[in-house]
This record gives sequence, structure tokens and C-alpha cells, in this order.
Amino acid sequence: MSAQIWALAGVLAVTVATFVVGWRASRLANTTQDFLVARRTVRSRRNAAAVSGEYLSAASFLGVAGLVLKDGADALWYPIGFTAGYLALMLFVAAPLRRSGAYTLPDFCEARLGSRALRGLAAVLVVAIGILYVVPQLQGAGLALRNILPWVPTWVGSAFVAIVVIINVFGGGMRAITVVQAFQYWLKLFAIAAPTLVLCVLFVGKGGVRDSDTTALSEPLPPTFTTASTINVETPVVLQAKETVKFYARGTIDGEDADGSAYWTAGSEHTVDAGTTMHFSQGSSVPVVTGAPADNASWFAPAATSEDVFTTYSLMLALFLGTMGLPHVLVRFYTNPDGRTARRTTLHVLVLLSLFYLFPIMLGVLSRLYVPELLVDGKTDKAVLALPLKVVPGLGGEILGAITTAGAFAAFLSTSSGLLVSVSGVLSTDVLRGRVRDFRFATAVAGGVPLALAIAVRQSDISLTVGMSFALAASTFSPILLLGVWWRKLTWVGAAAGIVVGGGLTLTALVISTISGLTGGWAPGWVSQPAIITVPSAFLAVFLVSKMTPAKVPSDVAQVRLRMHAPDGLGLTRDRAVASFGTAEERSRLADGRHRK
Amino acid sequence: MSKHSAGPGREESGPRSYSDPPTKPRRKRVVLADSRAPVTRLRTVVELEEQTSYGEELVRQLIRAQFKAAAVAWLSVVLTLAALPALFFFLPQLTLVTVAGVRLPWLAMGLAPFPLLFAAGYWYNHKAERQERDFVAMVEK
Repeated sequence: MSAQIWALAGVLAVTVATFVVGWRASRLANTTQDFLVARRTVRSRRNAAAVSGEYLSAASFLGVAGLVLKDGADALWYPIGFTAGYLALMLFVAAPLRRSGAYTLPDFCEARLGSRALRGLAAVLVVAIGILYVVPQLQGAGLALRNILPWVPTWVGSAFVAIVVIINVFGGGMRAITVVQAFQYWLKLFAIAAPTLVLCVLFVGKGGVRDSDTTALSEPLPPTFTTASTINVETPVVLQAKETVKFYARGTIDGEDADGSAYWTAGSEHTVDAGTTMHFSQGSSVPVVTGAPADNASWFAPAATSEDVFTTYSLMLALFLGTMGLPHVLVRFYTNPDGRTARRTTLHVLVLLSLFYLFPIMLGVLSRLYVPELLVDGKTDKAVLALPLKVVPGLGGEILGAITTAGAFAAFLSTSSGLLVSVSGVLSTDVLRGRVRDFRFATAVAGGVPLALAIAVRQSDISLTVGMSFALAASTFSPILLLGVWWRKLTWVGAAAGIVVGGGLTLTALVISTISGLTGGWAPGWVSQPAIITVPSAFLAVFLVSKMTPAKVPSDVAQVRLRMHAPDGLGLTRDRAVASFGTAEERSRLADGRHRK
Repeated sequence: MSKHSAGPGREESGPRSYSDPPTKPRRKRVVLADSRAPVTRLRTVVELEEQTSYGEELVRQLIRAQFKAAAVAWLSVVLTLAALPALFFFLPQLTLVTVAGVRLPWLAMGLAPFPLLFAAGYWYNHKAERQERDFVAMVEK
């Protein structure tokens, strides 16, 4: 009981702090520019913390540890990919994009390629990617709240986060969010680092693996339950038993009613229906959900089948190229004063991200030893939340659990806020008329739709869904950004073709993998991570169609290229947000007397 | 003493009468270009903006240099990382190697990539800023 109180207190503390910090900053937010781009008054180091704070979503905070618990060494590609994506952004996109003056992705499309139709299409994609990214955050919030208060239905957590985020963004838009995000990076770092360090110290102090009677990480045996555990299966799941296991069950197994002791032989697979309760005694081996490594040795080693290697490469491609296409990442660039600081900010971000990711990896490894029961129903995203109490029973574990739960909620709030701001921004400027009132209306819409989807759609692993949105971003926007910045001959027709091909293929794969998940999982692994097919196809489409429409190369391409690549001190950059939304005084201050777009 | 004598009180717009001007004309200084201003910088920036062939060539060289630096940084990182899954797949005995108590795959995939990514970013930032400084120095000469 007291664990719940601690955890709730942590969540409420984070929420209140978010509100207070955001409200104080929002009292200064009045103009459209404030709402969209925080008026470029943000300093570089705070901007780096804000960028990192926004970027570290539930996928980073919970999902990485959860996937490490389930998939082992292969899950390490997620933190690498998230970080390497930022490097790609810094090397190829950061400074030129800032210098182009574009404040959103669709704006960049229009600035570079001169087409309003393309801008509209890009706006649709931004909304799609944003929704695909927010839904797992809200579902994770539901899961986390359920972990604290098991009698609460999952939609409550999702609705809570959605409402808090909508109110905060309503109040102050980007300006409020920047300060909040910077604060939240440090909060999340503390929330993951402090418990990890404490748990590691205690783990080593207990004698490490040799002391407990759990399976060592490198043995070819399945993990074992460290305490007697009861698992309520809520969604139907197929389990594989690597070793014989005897347990008590009440519910439906393999289509037959089970009430009493059950006995599974080594190497068998069984289907467990929703509503079944399984009780395992301490020391019995853990049956693992199919598709995940069933024994510790194969968990410990990286991909050993060619299909897994193929999926790994696909994941790498999605993550490396997807970051630059995420709406909440790009919008933050505009808050830098010039191209050079945009580059430097990204370098700081690399440091902050690398520092963070060390900890969920360690927590994932510890989870394999202490909370293997999560492997039974496959909901391993709870690992970070459930681990502290298992390692440190009593008050210490409750407090540590409350800290990690608070950190998780900080992750949900920050990423959802960032996405909401960028999606609402795109909706209000490209669909509505760009006034502050339109922005607020767009915020309500852009927050409500993901909430509805989060409640309606079945929950899967947070990082997998996030990986799919990275694939979508990598297949649609990264060809346009990379070729738009570095290749002279890109045309808007080519860009549109790339969006249609890349986006269409990725969404098809998403639909197929959803159907496959509901009907028994017949699709191969790379369908849920289709980047290795969709990304090259998109690049090819952009390249070929651009070559086929040379007449559509924009007439001012040389000027735009000059603007993007010339160093900052020469006074060649333009400021598109000011041109569109600034006051007359700001516009005249930035104009140079020449009448050019 | 003037050669042209127009008679008393006659003013014409034709040949000027120097014999009796009403007032001495004030000396005015007409400046066509301020010699104190950095004319060369203005001209080169103008050349850049007007996209003269000289300007375009300068910019194209800069773009190519920046792209090369970015490509070098990126490829060195990606090729190293992309080699890992293939390496562990074709040489599974490497997954059993232990360094300082930690298995090699976990070190190579969980710890080592982050300093590598930062180093590549740092190197690129340094190079890009230097190339930009050189460009500005050349333009402003």
C-alpha cells in the first residue's frame, strides 16, 4: 500500500512541477512566434538539455530496459540508433536547415522546393508520424499508472497525461515547453541514474549472481523466479517452456479449462488465454513468450539467425535516418540563433543522450535476474517500474520505485508535449490560419485523436511502435532532407513521389504487422521494421522522379543553397517565421531593403 | 574680364556668362564609392548573391568540402557499427570473449558506440567550423 502512495506522490510531484514551470514561462508567451518557436531566445546549453529532455520518451526510459529484458543484446541497437540518428542530424541537416529559416518540415519543403502542394502533403505526414509516436507514450502512461494502482483501467493513465499535456501546451506553446523540457531532462536522468546506481551497489553487495539461485546470464538455461510469483494474463499469449515447469493455474490453457496444478514439459509451447492466473513457486523456471530468447545464453548473445540479423540492419537504418524526420526534433532547431550554434547544440545533445542510455541498459540486465516474471505475459515495459521493489524489498524499494515512476511520467509528459506542439503547429499553420486561436484549436485536436487511438488500439511494446514511427520518418522525410540539402536537382515532384512511395510502403507494413499480430503472428520480423525495404525505395523514387522532371527544379535553387550553406556571419540567412508571422517592426528590422522572398 | 559680354541684366540658359555670376557656387563633394569601406567584402558578398560564376564556384567548393567532412565522419561510424551484427553472426566464438568481466558484444554494442559517436561529432564540428572560418576570411579579404 505504501509503495503506491510513494509512487503516486512522485507522479503528482512531477506533474505539478511541470505545470508550475510551464505556467511561469507561459505568462510571457503571447505571439504566434512564441507559441511556435520560442522566439529564439533560448541559450545553447539549455536548448541541448531541452532537446534531450524532449527526445527521451517512454521508449528510452522504459522501452529500452524492457526490450533488453526480453531480447537481450539485440535490444542494444535501440539506444545506439537513437543516438546515431542525432549524429546524422548534426552532420547533414542541422546547420543548413537552421540557415534556411524554415521552422517546420513542411515549411522546409516549401522553402526549398517552392510547392504549396508538397507542403500540404508533408503536413499530413507530420501529423501521421506525430500520432504514431504519441500513441505508445499514452499507452505507456496507462501501463505505468496501472502498475501503481492495479484496479484502475488503463485509459485513466492515458487520459491523465493527455489532459495535462494539452493544458500545458494550450497555455504557452513552445516557450513554456522549452523550460519544462530542460528541467525534465535532468529529472529523467536523476530518475534513472540514482535507482540504477543504488540497485547495482546492492546487487554487487549481495554477491552478484553467484549468491542467488537465479540462472546466470550466460547459462543456456531459462531464467528462474526469484520469489513466488502470480501472474495475471490479460491478453492471450503463446509461451515456450525451455525446461519442465510445474505451476498452479486457473483459467484456460491450450483451449482447455485449467484449475489446479499444471505441468509443462521441456521444449513445449502452450497458448494461455486472457483472464488466466498462473502461480509459480520460487526457483521454478520461467516460460518465456515465443519470439523472445527462451534461455539466458541465447538472450545474452547477439542475433544468431539470419532473419534476426536482417531485422537488426533494418532497425539500424530506421533509427539512423529517422531522427531527422521526427517533427518534434526539427522544430527545436529553429530556437537556435544561427547554424553554428545549431550544430553545437546537437553535439551537446549527443553527450547528454549517451550519458542517459547507460542506465536503462544496466536496468534491463538486472531485470533479467530479478523480474523475469514479466517475460511470461510479455509486458516487459514495466521492468524499470517493478525492479526496485524486487531488489530492495521495503521502504527503500518503494522510494526507488516512486522515483522511476516519476521519471517515466516525466518521459510521457515531455515527449507528448513536444510532439503536440509540433503537430499542432503544423496543423494550425498549414491547415488553419496560423493565429494563436487556431493553434489552441489544433492542440485540442492533436491531443484528442492520439488519446482516442491509445484507448482503442491494443498495446504492444513501446519501443517497437516507436521504431515503426522512426521507419516512417526515415522513409518519407529523410530522403527529402538529405537530398534537399545536398543535391541541386531535387524537384517537388520527386519529393512527393518519395513521400508517397516511402510512406505508402511503411503504412502497408504497419497494417500487415497489426493484422498479423491479431491473427497469430505469421508475418516475418522485418515487416514490423520495414525500413530496409522502404527507405531505399523512397530514396530511389525521389532520385528517379527528380531526374525525370528537370523542369520542376525551383528557379531560386542557387539562392536557397547559398542561404543554407554560406557561413552565418555574411548576412545571407532569412527568417521565414518572422516573414510570415512577425510584426511589421520585426520584419523591417530584418529586411535588407531588397524585395526578394 | 570675360570674352563674352551679354549686356547688363540679361540671364540666359545658353553659354554661361562668367563676367558677373550672382553668387559663388558652393563646393560640393560627390562621392561615388566610400574608399574607407571594405569594398572587397561588399563586392564578394554581392558576387555570391548575384550568383556570378565566381561566386557560384566558391560556394560549390565550400559545399563539397562540408559534405566530404560529413561523409567521412558518418561512414567511419556507420561502417564500424554495421560490421558488428555481421561479425557476431559469422564468428560466434567472439560472443564468448570477455573483457574486464564483461562480454564483448555488450561492451561493443552497449558501451563503445557512444564515445565513438561523440568523437565523430566533435571532429566534424571542429572541421566544419574551420572550413567556414576559412571561407569567411577569404570572402572578407
